[in-house]
Amino acid sequence: MATASIPATPEVNTRRGNVIHMEGVHKIYDLGEQKVHALRGVSLDVNKGEFVAIMGASGGGKSTFMNIVGCLDRPSKGSYILEGTDVSTLNKVDLAHIRNRRIGFVFQGFNLLARTTAMENVELPCIYSAIPTKERHERAMRALTRVGLKGREHHFPSQLSGGQQQRVAIARALVNSPAILLADEPTGNLDSRTSVEIMDIFQDLNEEGITTIMVTHEPDIAAYAKRTVIFKDGRIRLDQVVPSRSIAREVLPTLPSVESELASQDGEQE
Amino acid sequence: MDFVAILRIALRALARNKLRSGLTMLGIIIGVGAVIAMVGVGQGANQQVQSQIANMGTNLLVVQAGSANMGGVRTGSSAVKTLIVDDMNAITRECTAVKEAAPGVQTRGQIIYQNQNWAPSGGITGTTSEYFDVRSWPIKEGESFDKSEVDRAANVAVLGTTVVDVMFGGEDPLGKTIRIKNLPFKVIGVTVSKGQSSFGQDQDDIVFVPYTTVQKKLAGITWLQTIHVQAISQEATALAQQQIETLLRERHRLRQDEDNDFMVRNLADVAQLAEESGRVMTLLLGSIASVSLIVGGIGIMNIMLVSVTERTREIGIRMAIGATESDVQRQFLIEAVVLSLIGGILGIMAGLASSGIISKVLRWPTSISPVAIVVAVFFSIGVGIFFGFYPARKAARLDPIEALRYE
Ligand SMILES: Nc1ncnc2c1ncn2[C@@H]1O[C@H](COP(=O)(O)OP(=O)(O)OP(=O)(O)O)[C@@H](O)[C@H]1O
Ligand SMILES: [Mg+2]
Repeated sequence: MATASIPATPEVNTRRGNVIHMEGVHKIYDLGEQKVHALRGVSLDVNKGEFVAIMGASGGGKSTFMNIVGCLDRPSKGSYILEGTDVSTLNKVDLAHIRNRRIGFVFQGFNLLARTTAMENVELPCIYSAIPTKERHERAMRALTRVGLKGREHHFPSQLSGGQQQRVAIARALVNSPAILLADEPTGNLDSRTSVEIMDIFQDLNEEGITTIMVTHEPDIAAYAKRTVIFKDGRIRLDQVVPSRSIAREVLPTLPSVESELASQDGEQE
Repeated sequence: MDFVAILRIALRALARNKLRSGLTMLGIIIGVGAVIAMVGVGQGANQQVQSQIANMGTNLLVVQAGSANMGGVRTGSSAVKTLIVDDMNAITRECTAVKEAAPGVQTRGQIIYQNQNWAPSGGITGTTSEYFDVRSWPIKEGESFDKSEVDRAANVAVLGTTVVDVMFGGEDPLGKTIRIKNLPFKVIGVTVSKGQSSFGQDQDDIVFVPYTTVQKKLAGITWLQTIHVQAISQEATALAQQQIETLLRERHRLRQDEDNDFMVRNLADVAQLAEESGRVMTLLLGSIASVSLIVGGIGIMNIMLVSVTERTREIGIRMAIGATESDVQRQFLIEAVVLSLIGGILGIMAGLASSGIISKVLRWPTSISPVAIVVAVFFSIGVGIFFGFYPARKAARLDPIEALRYE
């Protein structure tokens, strides 16, 4: 609450507490005859505890950028230093460990395992970090409770709403207590109330110190971040502090709830 | 990544497509079942041959007149007249590794009882009472010829059970008189039934009389065709063979460069030969059956490849949240091994059941050793690893981003 309405930290580009340092990053997809230049020299620094919204037109290279930040992909050119480590020096196993322990990724589309319960989906990262069964269950329960899904742990994704599935995906990203949370269009298919609820979770996490980067198309969602970066044609076009930040906890009570929607019969549904 | 978790993932994935997993397993079930059943058949036959050889007499050596090879032609033993009863007496007296010996002279001929007329396929064997000890072939009823009967070439006979059945029907043969080559013989004993030899001959279709009677009255010869020798122990058979050879060469005054005019056959060698051929047969049957195991393995590979393609997105998700290549590879490998191992265990049951049916219906002895079962288990694990490796490798090599985008 205290930090809530204060504008984002002014020293956006200092190196102190640097979590992400990118310089001149290019990504070229070689499709044989044709080369797609998805990123054309992206330089960006993100400090610990920041909340960055990435925006821009479709095809601008946002997902490509996120994949590189999330160590799912490597730059074709340029350097990427994550928490002081040059990613180009790491092998595949190291990258898998970073994805597993340092980064929580919420993908574009939920990407949950079908026919696998919410609980087991959330436990998945723990399985790959050799956490004992008991602790794994506890952590998964904690993460699910955190995103407000207590009591749904044994539901399958097909038995959950889109918003609930997104919460499972967030819980999965949180379960190994990462330093960085990456989310590619986390509110993509959600109604506005559910979107704000998701933003509430993100702001909460960010206040706890998790560096958060989120891709979104919606300016009113980007307003929940502290800083906006706009991509166009593989380059950063604009990098600015969010002038008047929205606080989900304050916005939520003003939105019509599901019950009142039902009552007034004029809810915004898809 | 802990094994229980990975195993649960594998079992869940297999349970998701029960029919498909079942059909894939069927290949392994048939393969392992066929191997188990065929090896069971082969080993059963082998054991039967072995027990029949043991049945011929323990620690038995047979001295045959005539060399193994005379001028390049195997000659009938009757052509050589140098093996005599004194040789046999010398063997029992001088060879320390020999326990007992019995002479043998064979002749063929009709035997007649009342209006029955029969030529035993085993012929008429002249011998002494020691023969029945040496060949472990006891007298069932009556008794064998005694020393005085042998000495005076008495007309007494011991009959094999087949001869008794054919000639006497239900009648008691003891004390009855049969005619052999028109001479009357008194039946004094009946041997126990020995059944078929490993070559399918009826060993009980035979008549025994004193060897002196054959020599003097039936064949008119002075020599022996065989001497059956029992060594003092299994280990002593080789020594006995050596002692007999040395003794007989000396007695027959054979020069250094002359071949033996006799042949000592050691049943241990025969048994070994039979065992070897039995092993070859088991191997042959087993390898034919393992072709179906390979086919089953290819089935696993096929289904695992389909599964990897179907689950590309799942693989992408797993990798994106921190699964390493080896985690993914292990997961698919374990899936393949679980498939083949369950198939293998069911296959063992199928193999046991079908070999049981084979031995019941076809009256063919089967024998399944625990070793065969252990080997089958390891073999099916091996099949799973071998045929699961490529699909698992393929899964592990997927690029996480490509896999995540896969529809
Ligand atoms: N695996 C790939 N192979 C080839 N080209 C690719 C691949 N991934 C992305 N691209 C191309 O790179 C460019 C940037 O794509 P990217 O997915 O980063 O865009 P985006 O900004 O996330 O768009 P959206 O808002 O629609 O998700 C696009 O032109 C796209 O076609
Ligand atoms: Mg995108």
